[in-house]
Amino acid sequence: MSACHPPPMERAPRRATRTRPATVAIVGAPNSGKSTLFNRLTGLRQKVANYPGVTVEHRTGMASLRDGRAVTLIDLPGSYGLAPRSEDERVVERVLGGTMPGVPRPDAVLLVLDATNLGRNLALAAPVLALGLPTLVVLNMADELEARGGTLDTVALAGQLGATVALVSATRGEGLETVQRFLEGTFAVPARIELPVIQNVPACRLWAGRVADRSAYRAPAPAIWTRRLDGVFLHPLAGPLVFLAVVVGVFQTMFTVARPMMDGVEALVLGSGRWLGAVMPASPFRDLLVEGVWGGVGSVVVFLPQILLLFLFIGILEDSGYLARAAVITDRTMARVGLQGKSFIPLLSAYACAVPAIMATRTIENRRDRLATILIAPFMTCAARLPVYTLIIAAFLPERPVLGPFVGTRAAALLGLYALGFLAAVGTARLLKSTILRSGRTPFILELPPYRWPTFRSLGLRLLDRAKVFLTRAGTIILGVAVALWLLAHLPLSGGRAPAIADSVAGTLGRAVEPAIAPLGFDWRVGIGLVTSLAAREVIVGTLGAIHGVEGGASSSAGLQEALRKNLTPGGAVALLVFFAFAMQCVSTLAVVKRETGGWKYPVLQFTYMLTLAYLGALAANQIVGRLVGT
Amino acid sequence: MHKNAPDSRPRVSTRSLADLGEGDSAWLVALDLESDVALRLMELGFIPGSRVTAGHAAPGGDPRVFRVDGGEVALRRETTRHITVETVP
Repeated sequence: MSACHPPPMERAPRRATRTRPATVAIVGAPNSGKSTLFNRLTGLRQKVANYPGVTVEHRTGMASLRDGRAVTLIDLPGSYGLAPRSEDERVVERVLGGTMPGVPRPDAVLLVLDATNLGRNLALAAPVLALGLPTLVVLNMADELEARGGTLDTVALAGQLGATVALVSATRGEGLETVQRFLEGTFAVPARIELPVIQNVPACRLWAGRVADRSAYRAPAPAIWTRRLDGVFLHPLAGPLVFLAVVVGVFQTMFTVARPMMDGVEALVLGSGRWLGAVMPASPFRDLLVEGVWGGVGSVVVFLPQILLLFLFIGILEDSGYLARAAVITDRTMARVGLQGKSFIPLLSAYACAVPAIMATRTIENRRDRLATILIAPFMTCAARLPVYTLIIAAFLPERPVLGPFVGTRAAALLGLYALGFLAAVGTARLLKSTILRSGRTPFILELPPYRWPTFRSLGLRLLDRAKVFLTRAGTIILGVAVALWLLAHLPLSGGRAPAIADSVAGTLGRAVEPAIAPLGFDWRVGIGLVTSLAAREVIVGTLGAIHGVEGGASSSAGLQEALRKNLTPGGAVALLVFFAFAMQCVSTLAVVKRETGGWKYPVLQFTYMLTLAYLGALAANQIVGRLVGT
Repeated sequence: MHKNAPDSRPRVSTRSLADLGEGDSAWLVALDLESDVALRLMELGFIPGSRVTAGHAAPGGDPRVFRVDGGEVALRRETTRHITVETVP
């Protein structure tokens, strides 16, 4: 009776005679291992997209069948029930009901349930079975169930549910033969069984309990390691210390371990650029390729190791279950500015890049909290600001020890800029939550999954996806700006020769904005940089380098620093730092904000607000520092 | 389990989930919350009649983790204040 045999029985009340399903939806509660199963079945053949008009991610993939055919799988957002309350659940309801535009009604459903907590998970089976679609009940986490001494009779469960049941471990890839057979089309429409009123949650839970009992379900022993680890990670004293150590450790590693990797990429880019310059015959095209493309795109690709490292850390923290604990620990602090613990995760990722951070806000159910988090995320000091900060600080601030041998003036200045961005974010959050995004007290309801080992497969897929997004950006936006800038700096041709930079189109553009930025201490050269960096912050470094190079300076970073010192006052330098701390100079972020908020209203508001803040902040900085230094 | 036995020595004492300290257990009686929130909590296992055990809390005692129906859920005090529980001494 209490067999736990992996090749489970098929029970087909009405033997399938219909054709193979074209589209299969994967439904399940959060943390049931739905996405692990999806990754297992589709591998690299998956893509992420948004449903039109809503802000919920849509992952589809192709699963290969043994006969060579393929099935489209839709990984639906995790949901506890089918009553549409959150945005995620509305998507689940609409996709399953066939009312989601652009998505065909699924031909079948894979219902993924966590076998280690069958009673509660089965409650979701009632509304799903009531849909009447061919359904395979996938009991996931078979390995954990067995390891912790839980058992159940899958044949009896199949009888109770009137549907085929497969006991699998998606992490280990065990028991997937039944899933394959189901996808191949040898599946059955569930038999009509007596279901509770599906809107009645307690009734569904009671029914689920009865079904579990009749299937001889013995719940596994509590996850001992989760209890033990939580004893440390949620300990009143050790908990916050571990949390701080984790955050500091992530940053420290990002700046130390990533360094040699970044140097390696830089050497590769510089070397290949030099080689290209040497082997190609001298021509404007060679200059465009070497200076524009290699210089522009190369200065950005250098950040790939750092960004991937951050995503690796966030992936490990998320998949292991620690991030949920971090949300619990930070909830009180976040509540002070009107946000909640769930905002912490996106804000941490925003230190790498605001784009994935804004996508990560999807886990926040409350729309106003989510909007507030989206709007403040770009204030976090992202990786793209680093080259700008590093260049200006190195040019203007001599290195002297401040706090012993470890923290010098330059590191202190950099930390100060991180703090400045953070304070701007906190202040803005307060402002938003007390004005346009005021909302009633948001209930903070967060399920803590048991701790689990992250798998190489899921981390690898995640990093691959991120690298693809980043390189696409470098290959499109940044490439475009680099080429456009190079052209603008070399046109109009006067007598067949490129003009002096000040007389070029770019120079004219810089001069046009000069009156507006002169009070900030910026000249037309910085003006060109500000215009080009609207596409992406780091572009200004390449721009200033290019202007300097065209003016005949040495093409080393020391030469560029020298030129900056000549063209900027100390007040202007501080103003430039402040400007970059506050301004929204990132086309990708604006695009993702538009996509996630479903319109132009919020990106326009955000851009205007941040630009105003940047202008006023830089103005104040230039005036104050100018007085202090006496220039 | 819990220590604050009142003088009247009632067989059953009714209080809110927020009053439970780490390790205390109680039977859930009612959720006096907006229906959306109450339903979400019920989906997570907070169904009247079920047994809830208080677990670890964040620094400052809020939010706290509760064990219910085989899972663990973190809730703020402002939510748990509106959840009535019964403890049997």
